[in-house]
Amino acid sequence: MKIIACVKRVPTTEAQVKIGADGASIDGAGLESMLSFYDDLAIEEAVRSREKHGGEVTVLTLGPSDCSKELREALAKGADKATILLDPSWAARDARSTAKALAAKIQELGADVVFCGRVATDRDQASVGTLLSSYLGFACVTDVVKLELTPTGGTAQRETEAGIETVSFPVPVVITCDKGLNEPRFAGLKGIMAAKKKTIDEVAPLAVENAVVVQKIELPAARKAGRIVGEGAGAVPALMEALRNEAKVL
Amino acid sequence: MTSILVFVEHVRGTPRRASLETLGAATATGLAPIALVTGPDAANTAAALSAAGAKKLVVVTGADKYSPDGTAADIAAAVTAHGAKAFLAAATSTGKDLLGRVAGLLDSAPLADCTAFSFAGGTFTLQRPILAGKAIATVQSKSAVLCATLRPNTFAVASGSGAAEVSTVATKGGKVVVIGVAAKGDAKLDVKEAPVVVSGGRGLREAAGFKIVEDLAAAFGNAAVGASRAVVDSGWRPHGEQVGQTGKTVAPQLYIAVGISGAIQHLAGMRTSKVIVAINKDAAAPIFKVADYGIVGDAFEILPALTAAVKAVKASN
Ligand SMILES: Cc1cc2nc3c(=O)[nH]c(=O)nc-3n(C[C@H](O)[C@H](O)[C@H](O)COP(=O)(O)OP(=O)(O)OC[C@H]3O[C@@H](n4cnc5c(N)ncnc54)[C@H](O)[C@@H]3O)c2cc1C
Ligand SMILES: Nc1ncnc2c1ncn2[C@@H]1O[C@H](COP(=O)(O)O)[C@@H](O)[C@H]1O
Repeated sequence: MKIIACVKRVPTTEAQVKIGADGASIDGAGLESMLSFYDDLAIEEAVRSREKHGGEVTVLTLGPSDCSKELREALAKGADKATILLDPSWAARDARSTAKALAAKIQELGADVVFCGRVATDRDQASVGTLLSSYLGFACVTDVVKLELTPTGGTAQRETEAGIETVSFPVPVVITCDKGLNEPRFAGLKGIMAAKKKTIDEVAPLAVENAVVVQKIELPAARKAGRIVGEGAGAVPALMEALRNEAKVL
Repeated sequence: MTSILVFVEHVRGTPRRASLETLGAATATGLAPIALVTGPDAANTAAALSAAGAKKLVVVTGADKYSPDGTAADIAAAVTAHGAKAFLAAATSTGKDLLGRVAGLLDSAPLADCTAFSFAGGTFTLQRPILAGKAIATVQSKSAVLCATLRPNTFAVASGSGAAEVSTVATKGGKVVVIGVAAKGDAKLDVKEAPVVVSGGRGLREAAGFKIVEDLAAAFGNAAVGASRAVVDSGWRPHGEQVGQTGKTVAPQLYIAVGISGAIQHLAGMRTSKVIVAINKDAAAPIFKVADYGIVGDAFEILPALTAAVKAVKASN
């Protein structure tokens, strides 16, 4: 099976955000980064699928050169190859332009299964996986919490507001991974040593103009100062009074 | 007249509120909203959708089992057939799943989970929270057809008059098919859509501690239970209830955080709630920094009293 895991570098979830001088970007200086939380699940599921069905796992990112740090870790966890679509302005690409560049590379590499995260925790689009499926003509299942994959297709469970949906799909397919699908492994010493011998390709991505124009990025309005209405159960009447007559939400 | 195509979700012919809100946002632009519905009983939505602003209704027939890629193809075809300038859906599981598929078919750049939406001088301007609400981006779409999902609980439902003109089309069908749904017990409200959310954290000590949270949610009647990641990771609550950066982003009228410290990742998911109440035994807990009202003390003592008080108010209303 030819398997690709798409991963993206994002600011850590602890990061305090600063707005860039142009007022339309995030100031990246001093911002610590990590692989998007759900992309670790994508790497894990890709490696597990290879362990079960054989084949090869390629980790793919559109990002900066020093993403090799994160990719090296994915290689240590068992991925076979890694490719960086090198773009210094990757963070400014919209979802369409990102997905077009990834799709072009996936087409070139060939794939039976593409794993993505449910959402990248920077722009919160949750769109790149489904865009890829439309560009590639692949099936796609999103927000997957359980996967039964065979070389020709399979079933997946996804979490929705209505409950757990069971979905059938053919291969080739794009799967977006949600929490609960697996517990990502840690890289062992053996894996870390093996990863040193694996290659990370750097190639130029397809250039695609953005179709979304960012006018401004602002911090959310600060919440107005609240107050402690009291201590213990004795404070309940004061809270009820505030909710009914001040906030008018009851 | 220029139109906007809105995908409407429904439960046996009753449109979901989040879809009606999306229709409301489309109506507010002054463009003509076209609603697209699919699945069994789809045609039964006609009256409710006309009353909520739909000028036309496209009923997709033959889609007895839901297919996401099939539905995306049906939507893209309807957008093209009607020359619609935009495709909108509510930012629910289904709406978010459709967004990129449809945008891919229409070569549009999708915009997910938007909290403001307007149309002026031929251009759509939208706002969307990024980094789980730590920042808000204002963006314009240059795509020939705008594709976006709108956050539930954010836009008003419109009122329309007259009867929408109904047409039917047969589904194109798709490769991916929903073959079963294990429904949640007693049609529980989802945290993303409920007007009131009562969330619990590690302060509840154990899974059984959530009884007091469930009781308070039940007293409201229109509340959903939410959870911090700490308790989801401990297996006390399902992941679908997790609020925060790696869970759901919610914006209810009233959010009550019980035994939750208020870590930055949790705050990211709930700080745009209209009113926030915090109950925590530690007066220095960061949750009090975003709360409108706080009670310092033991949740196991406070919640039963609060539940009784809410019940009394609901009974007298
Ligand atoms: C990558 C990443 C992503 C994350 N994503 C999320 C996310 O999406 N959502 C999320 O919530 N967290 C997330 N977290 C975790 C977050 O950092 C915190 O660890 C978590 O929110 C803490 O949960 P808590 O408030 O329930 O527990 P704690 O921080 O342990 O707080 C428990 C609180 O309960 C209070 N308490 C104790 N006993 C009582 C009592 N009897 N009555 C009243 N109060 C009491 C305590 O004073 C304390 O404030 C993430 C972390 C990382 C690293
Ligand atoms: N720049 C990128 N490089 C590689 N994969 C990406 C990139 N952006 C998004 N993805 C993939 O698409 C998923 C969803 O991203 P998004 O649509 O931005 O929320 C991520 O979890 C990744 O798997």
